[in-house]
Amino acid sequence: MTVSKSEYKKMAQKASPGTNTVKNMSMAFLFGGAICTLGQLIRNLYMSLGLSLEDASAFVSITLVALSAVLTALRIYDNIAKHAGAGTLVPITGFANSIVAPAMEFKNEGYVIGIGGKMFVIAGPVLVYGTAASVIYGLILWFFKLY
Amino acid sequence: MPSRKGKYTIELQTKPAVLSFASVVGKKEYEGPYGRYYDKNYNDTTLGEKSWEKAESRLQNEAVNIALRKANLKNSDIDCIFAGDLLNQCISSTFGLKGLNIPFLGQFGACSTMAQTMAVASLFVESGAAKKAVAVTSSHFCSAERQFRYPLEYGGQRTPTAQWTATAAGSVTIGTRNENLNAKVGISSVTFGRITDYGIKDVNNMGAAMAPAAAGTLLDFFRDTGTGPLDYDLILTGDLGKVGSDLLEQLTRADHVDIAPVHNDCGLMIYDREKQDVHAGGSGCGCSAAILCSPILQQMEAGRLHRVVFIGTGALMSPTSSQQGETIPCVAHLVYLTA
Repeated sequence: MTVSKSEYKKMAQKASPGTNTVKNMSMAFLFGGAICTLGQLIRNLYMSLGLSLEDASAFVSITLVALSAVLTALRIYDNIAKHAGAGTLVPITGFANSIVAPAMEFKNEGYVIGIGGKMFVIAGPVLVYGTAASVIYGLILWFFKLY
Repeated sequence: MPSRKGKYTIELQTKPAVLSFASVVGKKEYEGPYGRYYDKNYNDTTLGEKSWEKAESRLQNEAVNIALRKANLKNSDIDCIFAGDLLNQCISSTFGLKGLNIPFLGQFGACSTMAQTMAVASLFVESGAAKKAVAVTSSHFCSAERQFRYPLEYGGQRTPTAQWTATAAGSVTIGTRNENLNAKVGISSVTFGRITDYGIKDVNNMGAAMAPAAAGTLLDFFRDTGTGPLDYDLILTGDLGKVGSDLLEQLTRADHVDIAPVHNDCGLMIYDREKQDVHAGGSGCGCSAAILCSPILQQMEAGRLHRVVFIGTGALMSPTSSQQGETIPCVAHLVYLTA
């Protein structure tokens, strides 16, 4: 073949369509915003039932996680996420989906190695680096408070 | 006896006969443009089995059994079966075929497996090592997703260059020419490809990774045989999809060979890209297997296609090599069919 590797890289880049950023960002904005609005509505509802602001906020997270888990189990969540992208990934709903989806998928490998072992295969890195980052931020805060 | 022509092509002088062929597909494939051509389809992608792996094994088992039944053959008539798939250690093949009691040779060529198994089976028949041999392969969208990508219900987005692994299996029975003089389709030559790596790393762009391998094997074949694209009715690549097909045509054009007028790709044929949300097209061992073992071979038997160059294309990476940042080595094997 006459085409060199470096020439081919350019050819391949040109032939490969990129993602539609404007559409993806708009959809993420709309879906992400809708989830946040839903969260606010749920919080207002809980507060109107007499819960404190702090308790109502915790219950909002619990409700959204439960809703996301149920939608994943009903095999609906991925069909929404396909269009919503980061709109469903970034809020707490994405975290719940990333744990429930592998738990469902790897049930065939058993409760220990399958569900137990694979449940955090996607969420694991988020937990590891989230915890590590919080420790670093905590140290920085502590350091500044010393002076 | 097989004889080498040029550097890479092996001519099969007796033209081993295609005795029968069969395909079994899932729902999405049945809903594709060639739905009515397949031998059997399943609406339920689990095929009533407990795991995706078992479902895929069953696809392969049924494809072999239907093909044997069509040729009025028993398992004991087959001297050797060549099979492979995408799953670790080729478990769809081993578990799907374990009850057949036919001498088994597992093959791994990723999505080039249909071409690879057919080429090896026809060489066995041509050389006299087997009187009848079977070539079979399969893939399943769900078993491939969980091995190579994410759990099915994970809410991710696919890139425009991503391809959809076909839930399908295809099987071909090949026999000696002198015992099957009436068989319409024969295998005239095979060309095995070299591992080709043009530096593509994106596992969501397999078409781009595999196109140079396909171009290399195809150009080898033209050089060895002294022919060009217009000497053939159809040049059919395995699963390059939209991106890979465009790149293959550009690559061969750079060598002054224009294949566009006779080129098609199984990955572009198996689904309706506009309506079925498969992005760049279909992929997987079963993609080229189902298209070859149904519409193409049927049209060859019906006399509508006479000279078909079939090139299976395979990406030889694993999740481990991809996670370690390696590029994607690819291979393409060519089987030249005549009717």
